[in-house]
Amino acid sequence: MKVSQIALVVAAVATASVASATVKIGFVTTLTTPAAIIGKDMENSVNLAMEHLGGKAGSTPLQVIFADDGFKPDVGKQATDRLLKQDNVDFVAGYIWSHVLLASQKSVLDAGKFLITSNAGPSPMAGKLCNKNFFSTAGQNDQTPMALGEVLNKKGVKSAYVMAPNYAAGKDMVAGFERTFKGKVVGKDLTKWGADAQLDFSAELAKVRASNAEAIFVFYPGAAGPAFIKQYEQSGLSKNVPLYSVFTVDSLSLPRLQKANFQAAVGSRTTQLWDPTLDNAANKRYVADYKKKFGGYPSYYGAQAYDAIMLIASAVKAVGGDVSNPDKVRAALKAANYESVRGKYTYGNNHFPIQNFYLREVVKDSEGNWTTKVVETVYTNHVDAYAAECKM
Amino acid sequence: MGGGRCFAGPLHCFSLQRRAVDGSLLLMQVINGLQLGLLLFMVASGLTLVFGILDFVNLAHASLYMVGAMICAWLSYLVGGFVVAVLLALPLTALVGWAIERWVARRLYARNHLDHVLATFGLILVLNTSAHLLWGPEGIPVALPDYLKGQLVLGDDLVLPKYRVIIIAAGLLAALGLFWLVTRTKLGMLIRAGASNRQMVAALGINIELLFTVVFSLGAVLAGLAGMLITPITEASLGMGNAIIITAFVVIIVGGIGSIKGSFVAALLIGMIDTLGRSFLDVALGWVFSANAAENSAPAISAMLIYIIMALVLAVKPQGLFPPKVR
Repeated sequence: MKVSQIALVVAAVATASVASATVKIGFVTTLTTPAAIIGKDMENSVNLAMEHLGGKAGSTPLQVIFADDGFKPDVGKQATDRLLKQDNVDFVAGYIWSHVLLASQKSVLDAGKFLITSNAGPSPMAGKLCNKNFFSTAGQNDQTPMALGEVLNKKGVKSAYVMAPNYAAGKDMVAGFERTFKGKVVGKDLTKWGADAQLDFSAELAKVRASNAEAIFVFYPGAAGPAFIKQYEQSGLSKNVPLYSVFTVDSLSLPRLQKANFQAAVGSRTTQLWDPTLDNAANKRYVADYKKKFGGYPSYYGAQAYDAIMLIASAVKAVGGDVSNPDKVRAALKAANYESVRGKYTYGNNHFPIQNFYLREVVKDSEGNWTTKVVETVYTNHVDAYAAECKM
Repeated sequence: MGGGRCFAGPLHCFSLQRRAVDGSLLLMQVINGLQLGLLLFMVASGLTLVFGILDFVNLAHASLYMVGAMICAWLSYLVGGFVVAVLLALPLTALVGWAIERWVARRLYARNHLDHVLATFGLILVLNTSAHLLWGPEGIPVALPDYLKGQLVLGDDLVLPKYRVIIIAAGLLAALGLFWLVTRTKLGMLIRAGASNRQMVAALGINIELLFTVVFSLGAVLAGLAGMLITPITEASLGMGNAIIITAFVVIIVGGIGSIKGSFVAALLIGMIDTLGRSFLDVALGWVFSANAAENSAPAISAMLIYIIMALVLAVKPQGLFPPKVR
């Protein structure tokens, strides 16, 4: 074989490999510890998104590699580094926890890769630490409790007791609530968080009773949610101090609360950027197929993870599978040109979605299962409070 | 709060009310601290027995807390009742403890502490993953029977969930039972002898292997019971033991390794300090620092409080508060 022939063959192979080169997505979530229930919901939703896409973005095959953060910032960072260095992924998505995201973000962004958060929205990432290669398919942490604060104002609630776990997101949630709530915060507890999180709230609930607050606002994601609600009901506070929560009552905790028959959950209200009843084609397909496949409602964690894959796929398709030019990929991501399960949204200057927030209520569905439905829209096209701090 | 107590104008009335609230809140928190302390004692007593008598560092002790909780939660759906589930789960947890002693721990006694730590850390992973495979990643909620629900109203601000009272009663019973066993029975005599000098016990012709198995299983049952009692409050979940094992070690170090009395006193002390710290530290810090600084630092300091206490105790009494008689 002549040299020119060899060159031709090599060139042919090279072009073929560019056209069919697999785009790799690393997905960091929690697959161990009790918080694995959240990770499982995300994993299911990512797999469902891949199934809906036929494993491809246009003609480019997609591959998702899952990694476990063990609910710890250091483990999450190691998992992220491994995805970047060993698996050589093009996108890193996922992240339930704000402290894990904050610990991991530098690795991804310094490597020049794209980082898509599917849940965590810590305030620094929306403000001072905003980055051209960072996008969110969730929301900024403060937004959801801000919407809830407005709901309490409308109800005329004059005083509230505030409880949240002591970590980045917990502080954001409290800050968000205090930003909009016009009544008085008569007490505040930030409880221990992490793999050895505090789950016995007897001391705090006694303080709530003594404070004579009109309402109680909490943020307890994952396994802590049902634990809190049980103790809230057992303490008898549910009779006279109504509970308002964010990221606490969801499709992960509701089946368990129903199983243990904690009626205090039914009728309770919470704000969210997504709900299984949102009326759009993408959401109907997602919820129906999820229920068929996994036998239960998806949560907002799942919805945001589904959207992360769909967003990435839309960008990969837009650039024809060639992710070598980051400027083109970034422009395609920023366009958010895909069917989001929350309905159409746009990206703000800090790459957080400008989107609606809804008030949801826990109800029984036609089969008697506890789920949520939208009561009203609290915010329309809401921009988070840190966007102005982002110089981008 | 009774309005009838106000005689001397609104200002005085307010201060009277404040004091009344604070008094009953303090009492409530002492009761909450007692409950936490008793749960800690149930885990720590087994740990201190195994550490003190078998000279075996068992990091996986709290996995037995999880195993007990998991078995109990699972059984509560099979047999349809929490109380029956607890009664059935206790011997099953003992069985798990016995199996672990027989096939894992026994091979390790002769080795050094580092090997114990390594092997029992592995055991934590094995037990957690087994529970994951058997019951899935999500926790198992446990429903309380109706007669254990509701509250005891002892005063305006003194409202106790009934189930918390049950935990306190069960904890006190378990503690009393253990004291009776250790101080009044032949088995207890051997256990105390083993804690002081196990070579001598063996030399006197006591079947030390059997004694070890009994002690290990007893520890498993106590830890399991604590796990079962907490499930209706939180739920049975993977890795629930991780949260309590560190605190349990703090308890036995403060109390003196191998001493039941020490672990009882230390458990109540730690439970009380932790609860009162979470309740009143922000107020206490507010006297010294600005309200904002107090509010920001209180959660961090209250999380550290028990370790600060441990450091203080170790500085004054390196052997703990009640070290067993020298070997």
